[in-house]
Amino acid sequence: MALIVVDVMPKAEILDPQGKAVTRALARLGHEAVGEVRVGKRFELRVEGEATEALLAQVREVAGEVLANTVIEDVVGVHVVDDAAAPQQVSR
Amino acid sequence: MRVGVVTFPGTLDDRDAQRAVRLAGHEAVALWHGEHDLQGVEAIVLPGGFSYGDYLRCGAIAALSPIMTEVVDAARRGMPVLGICNGFQMLAEARLLPGGLVRNASGLFVRKDQVLRVERADTAWTNRFDSGQEIVIPMKNGEGRFVATPEELARIEGEGLVAFRYVGENPNGSLDDIAGLTNEAGNVVGLMPHPEHAVELGFGPTTTRMKAGLDGLEIFKSALERVAA
Repeated sequence: MALIVVDVMPKAEILDPQGKAVTRALARLGHEAVGEVRVGKRFELRVEGEATEALLAQVREVAGEVLANTVIEDVVGVHVVDDAAAPQQVSR
Repeated sequence: MRVGVVTFPGTLDDRDAQRAVRLAGHEAVALWHGEHDLQGVEAIVLPGGFSYGDYLRCGAIAALSPIMTEVVDAARRGMPVLGICNGFQMLAEARLLPGGLVRNASGLFVRKDQVLRVERADTAWTNRFDSGQEIVIPMKNGEGRFVATPEELARIEGEGLVAFRYVGENPNGSLDDIAGLTNEAGNVVGLMPHPEHAVELGFGPTTTRMKAGLDGLEIFKSALERVAA
């Protein structure tokens, strides 16, 4: 089992009202050091077996075609996380 | 003639759109997201709502549904397709229309009777209007802000793909006041405001008289006349 993490962010030139709202809330709490917050998405894909280069290529394709809409978002990272270190879903 | 109205999980305005089709004088055919059968319809409406709870992105999961494979094929063959609100978002996600729709600049859900200017009166869905005509259509959305890269926006404006523009104060921060688009062929049109809510006296937007606006009905009549012609 391997865990592949895909990070997606709104494009830099597109206003991020969610990030702006968080920025304002932090300022209100006195965290003046934080200049700007932008909010993106993290996808965790658990895959059977090893994260081979072929599988990663497949995930990059899915990331660009489904997980992100590249008209308004960028895929900023596709990486494999050491499974032992990854947070596991508690099975019931 | 037969006009299909697609229902997705989370669609809200399918019944209103069916009613608008009937008031325009034609037969409304209910289509289901999970099927591939277009049931021989001659035009398709993708209605508004919150398909799949707006998960992933507005319209994104719906754009990947079985029926959309057929809708995209039919649209490419020239069938009139109208996307309203969430349906417009689906058309953008399916890349039948350019650009994308993101959260309103204000961060707020906006509900108002909106004045629009018809920029293109020669599409399948706008041919009963005059170019430059102002119409009143209700709008209600949280993610209706049209965005595109500067190059894409230049292409949209250069090729005249803007079908409708907001008149007066821009309600959501849409680039170039864009409220709706057409594709190059003019058979696919998407807009954020809801024409199906301006089809019946007493239930429409307030114009010169309270709740008397019927401009939406012309949109449903347009496609139908063109196909019949």
